[in-house]
Formats: sequence, structure tokens, C-alpha cells
Amino acid sequence: MSDGPPILQLVSVSKRFGGVEALGETSLDVATARTTVLLGPSGCGKTTALRLMLGLVRPDAGQVLFRGAPLDQEALREVRPQMGYVVQDGGLFPHLTALDNVRLMARHLRWAEARMRARVVELAALVRLSEDALARSPSELSGGQRQRVALMRALMLDPELLFLDEPLGALDPLVRADLQDDLVGIFRRLGKSVVLVTHDLAEAALFGDVLVLMQDGHVVQRGALDDLVTRPASPFVTRFVRAQRRLDVDVKA
Amino acid sequence: MKGRRLRSMGVASAGFAAALALVAARGDARAAADEKLRVASKAFTESVILAEIVSQLERSAGVQVEQRTGLGGSRLVWDALVSGAVDVYPEYTGTLVDEILGGEPGASEPHDRAWLVRALAARGVGMTEPLGFNNTYALGVRAARARDLGLRRLSDLRAHAELRFGFSNEFMSRHDGWPGLRQRYGLPQTKIRGLDHELAYRALAGGDIDATDVYTTDPEIRRDALVPLQDDLEFFRRYDAVLLYRLDVEARVGPEALATLRRLQGRIDARTMMALNARAQLDHVPQADVAAGFLREAFGAVATRAASSAPRMILARVGEHLALVGVSLLVAILCGVPLGILAAKRRRVGQIVLAAVGVIQTLPTLALLVFMIPLFGIGAFPAVVALFLYSLLPIVRNTHAGLVGVSGALRESAEALGLPRGAVLRLIELPLASPLILAGIKSAAVINVGTATLGALIGAGGLGQPIFTGIRLDDVGLILQGAIPASLLALAVQGAFELVERFVVPRGLRARPTR
Repeated sequence: MSDGPPILQLVSVSKRFGGVEALGETSLDVATARTTVLLGPSGCGKTTALRLMLGLVRPDAGQVLFRGAPLDQEALREVRPQMGYVVQDGGLFPHLTALDNVRLMARHLRWAEARMRARVVELAALVRLSEDALARSPSELSGGQRQRVALMRALMLDPELLFLDEPLGALDPLVRADLQDDLVGIFRRLGKSVVLVTHDLAEAALFGDVLVLMQDGHVVQRGALDDLVTRPASPFVTRFVRAQRRLDVDVKA
Repeated sequence: MKGRRLRSMGVASAGFAAALALVAARGDARAAADEKLRVASKAFTESVILAEIVSQLERSAGVQVEQRTGLGGSRLVWDALVSGAVDVYPEYTGTLVDEILGGEPGASEPHDRAWLVRALAARGVGMTEPLGFNNTYALGVRAARARDLGLRRLSDLRAHAELRFGFSNEFMSRHDGWPGLRQRYGLPQTKIRGLDHELAYRALAGGDIDATDVYTTDPEIRRDALVPLQDDLEFFRRYDAVLLYRLDVEARVGPEALATLRRLQGRIDARTMMALNARAQLDHVPQADVAAGFLREAFGAVATRAASSAPRMILARVGEHLALVGVSLLVAILCGVPLGILAAKRRRVGQIVLAAVGVIQTLPTLALLVFMIPLFGIGAFPAVVALFLYSLLPIVRNTHAGLVGVSGALRESAEALGLPRGAVLRLIELPLASPLILAGIKSAAVINVGTATLGALIGAGGLGQPIFTGIRLDDVGLILQGAIPASLLALAVQGAFELVERFVVPRGLRARPTR
């Protein structure tokens, strides 16, 4: 799977919060038009890495590059519309309807009404959400519907990069499985560059072209699922894989 | 982005400044074209009746009069006179010497007229000859109690340390009141309470206190069968009633205004004054009618006064009240919301802002009103400024709390979408904070409706006018004419805001029945 140049790079970045190291010196490429999964237990630094890529926090050292150019405050303003972001509980604004959540940014950029409407219809079909649901407030939607709305909002401006932080983490198993299948299809159809954060190996294997396993603020191994299973870089990788496989076996039994 | 937010705050501040300028300009315009004689009084019946007498006599002489009666306290009315907010008010020589010109080198006895006239003239104030009665202080005790204890003179009080005194707040704090009296007579009593003067009579009649300060022309002395104890050490000063006026009255309003004031010199003796007080306070004759009756008898003058029916009076008071509350609240919103935003966005500035509005809130209302006099004179404007200051805390605090309470995840979602900071504030944070902000505005409004009644003490009118007049005259009907509309107004304001809530608070944030 050799690609063109990476769309986004972390170059020797590190980040501490109040003296605690959240991410040690780390370099990481996000491949263009592929799905990269940041994987690892809680507190391993995967979410911090994602927030650095989004420009929501500034690195203490090192650089974030978007298409090879440093992502400073100035550049962020221009790059933001090319990034979509979905968080665990959707992050929908409770005072706006689902539709207004989706259109918020387009409206701010003064899109024509017809263009907005066409885009919303297109996205609603993509994420399989009814018009009726779009008219409701977030509090009147189910958890799965909320994530679909959040995905529509993230995709509204047709970004090149899509970030998802544990997008399925808060859902019950049936809804989760349903949405997982839909997401895989959507990512394949859109062919966008995706960065997804999860602690679930099965989910990572389902989505990821590239898996990045992290531990204690550092990248432990980068590769396909196969590499992690057959050529683990450290005993931790084996333990992490086994822990999740055992669960798998138990469920089957 | 930062700039835009600051600019919008600037716009709000500019709006406030413009509002101030507008009101101030109106004040100036009025002062410049002034030909009216502004007659004031303190907040007790005798003072109000004297001011009525002056006003009606002036009107019958063709002078245009504006009345500002019932202002709260000697110092306040004096300051209003010196600062030019009013032209005339009745005063007592004893109060002048000991309280108002107190500490003045060469301060003398109240009957040293030459000294008084000089001291007043130095401040641009003139004084008529005495009106004819000496309304001095005395301590009043119920006649039966005085007989039982053998009390005749103030010196007799020394032997009865257990007696409970209830004094008006003014008497408690004046040099020529309780502190001086206690010292001169060496009085041992310790159970001293501060009470409203009129309420003290009720406490006395009810046996809750044994003695109170009375004025020698108070009608209650006769009604309640009180004995004023004899001032055997001659402590109390003479309190000859006089009229104080600004020396520029002659030039500004005309010589006939001054001549008319002088017609009252020596025309009201103590018996007459006590009778006038009794008609107003005991017989509940409106003060204007009491004054008219006196003028008819003494001068054969047919008094002219603006007659008005009770409903019309109430309506006018409600209008004044609403104006006080509405204007102060509007300006408080225009300033308070931006201040709350500033407090939420700049933590250090925020702490200062919140502390400052908190301190303002702790100032006693009357003290704040008195502060306003030298700055803004008397009337509606200083009252609006005071109400504005009191409204700030709930609005600023709730705006701050509402914004700080917006979850970090939502703020981050907005930022990740690419919304600039100003848009995040406008489209996300303020709408999310709107229920709290509105609640703050609502409590400010409801509190204001209550506090605005105190505006009557500095001549701002409003529903406090009938309430305070009613308390003074022991006229429950009059009290209710102010109190009932004030309560209804508070309820109406509350209801109105609940209605506004439906339109302003986004649907998704409103409490709804569980599904």
C-alpha cells in the first residue's frame, strides 16, 4: 500500500498537561485517502495526538504539518474547513435542531440556500437519516441518530480529512454494530483520509488500513493487523492483542 | 476576532454613555430655562405641610412651582439645596447649627441670627425670619407611666436604668440628639433601639418601649396622652422653623417669590402647627387640603393646587415606577451582559468585575441614594443610576456563570468546525447561556420593582410616594395604594419574563415533559 505524500504529519511533537506527559516525542504520518486508526488503552495519548492534529492544542515541541506546511494559527483558519470532527457523544449543540447543527458552518460561510439543501439531502441519504429526525433537537434523538447527525455535520463542507474520536464508544452493541457497518461503507465510498481513535482492536481491524498502537504517550507499533499479531514489536503488543482476542473467544463460546 | 468582541462591548458602553448624556442634557436644558420655584421638604408630615403651604401661597402669587416633597433626611435635602437641585425647604435653626453647620468655627447658639445668616450666605443660601414656632426635641413618656415612676424632668431618668428607649435613627446619631443628651444628663439606660419616628409612637402605646424622642408639635403628644419630660438642664437647642432658600431665587424666579416666602414669617405658632399636624395625621385630611385650610384662614387666599383622583394618581405613580425600573434595567442589560462576557473570557479582569459589582450590591440603598445627590442632584436620574448599579450584579453574575458553564466539549466542537471566536460566542455560547442570563435579568427586574419604591425618598416619585406618605400619616389606604400596585407590578414583571423566555430560550434548552 504505497501512497503519495502523507496529508498530515506529526514531526517530533510532544505535549505535557500540567507537568504530566500526555505525548512523548512522537512522529506520525497520516496517509492520504486511507483510514488510520490510533489504538491503545485509556491514557495512552491517542486522543492527545488527535487533538494536536486538529490544532485544538498546540504542541510543546515539534511541528504539525498539513500537506507539508506548518499548521499554525494562521494556517488553521484556512485548513479547518478541510477537517471534519466527530466526538464520542456527537458534540451536537443542544440549542439547535439537528439540521441547524449540520448547516451551522455552511450558513456561517454564506452558502446559497439551494446548495445547502442539496448537500443535506445527499448526506442524509449517505448516513441513512430521515428528514423527520433532522427537524428534531439533539435531546430528542437516539444515540445512533446523534452520531449520524454528527457525521453529517463533519462532512457538510466536504473535508479532505475526517477525525473521529471513539465515535461508537457510547452506543449499545446492536446500534454499534449497525453503525459500524454503515461507517465502513461510507469511508470506502468517500475515499477520504480518516483518522479514527478507538481502544477496541476488532473495531480498529474493521476500519483501519493502518493501525497505530500506542502506550504511555508513545507509538509502539505501526502497521496492519497482521503485523501486530505475527510480528509484535514488544511484549505489550502481544498482551494487548491477546486481551482482546480472549474476549472474542469468550463471546463465541 | 478579539477585536470584534471588544468592539461590540464598546458599542454597548457607548450606548450607555449616550443614554447618560441624553438624560443629563435634558436636565441641563431644564435648569437653563428654569423659572419654576422648586419647593422641597423632608419626609415628615410637618415639613410636607409647610412645603405645601409655601407651594400654594406661591402659586396664588403667580409663581410656577415644582414640588419635591418627602425627601429622606436633613442632610439629603440640604445637599439638594446647596447643589441647586431644589430652591426652598423648611428647616429648623437647631438642626442648622448643630447638624448641618456643625463643627463650623464660631458655631453659636441657634438664636444668634447674625452668625447663622452669614454662615448660610457663604453657601449661597438665605433664611427667612422664624415662622413662629419652636419645634424642639423632648423625651415623651406615657402619662400613666410617668406618674407611676415619678418622672417629671429628664434628670429623673437617672434613677431608672431599666427603662427602654426607642429613638428615631436621626435622633440616635445627631450631636444634638441622644449622644449629647446621654452625656449631659449622665443617663444610664442601655436598652436603646432605633425605630422609625411614627412606629416609635405605636411601640410606646403598645408598651414595647418606655420613652421616645418627640417633637413638641407632634399631635401624638395629645392623642396618646404623653408627657414631655422637662429639659431641666436646658440641653435641647431651639428649633425655630424657618424657610431656607437659594440666594439666586430672586434673580432666577423673581422677587415676588421671595416676598411671598416672607409673608409666612411669624404667622404659624406652635398651637397652629400642632393642629395642622393633627388634621393630617389624626384626621387623615390630605396634606394639601390641610395647607389650603390654613391659607384660607390666615391669608384669605384661595389656594390653587393640581387636584387629581386616586386612580389617576396611582396610574401616574405606576408610570413613574415603570420608567424607573425599565430605564435602569435596560441600561443594566446593555452594560451587564458585556461585562459578564468580559468576566468569563478574561479571568483576572473577571474577578475584579465580579468583586466590584458584588461590593456595589452590599451598599445600603439609602446610603447609595445619598451619594448620588452631589453627583446627580435629586429626582428620577439619581434613582435610575442607583437602580442600574443594583441591577448589575445578578445580570453580570448570571452571564458569567452561564458562559463558564458551557461544556468544554461543545466549545471545542465549535472551534473544530472552524467557527471564529466571535461566532462561537454569538451562535453557541450566548444561546446556551441564555436561560441563565434571562434568569439574572428577571431577578434584577423583580428586585428593582421593590427597590424603586425607595426612590421616593430622593424625589423620584413612583409607588414609594404613597407608601411613605401613608406610613407617615398612618394611612393604611394610602400605603396600599402604593404597596398593592407594587406587588402586582412585581408579579407582572415575573410573568412577562416567563413569556419572553418562550421566545428567547431555544427549544432544545427548555425543560420539557419526559418522553
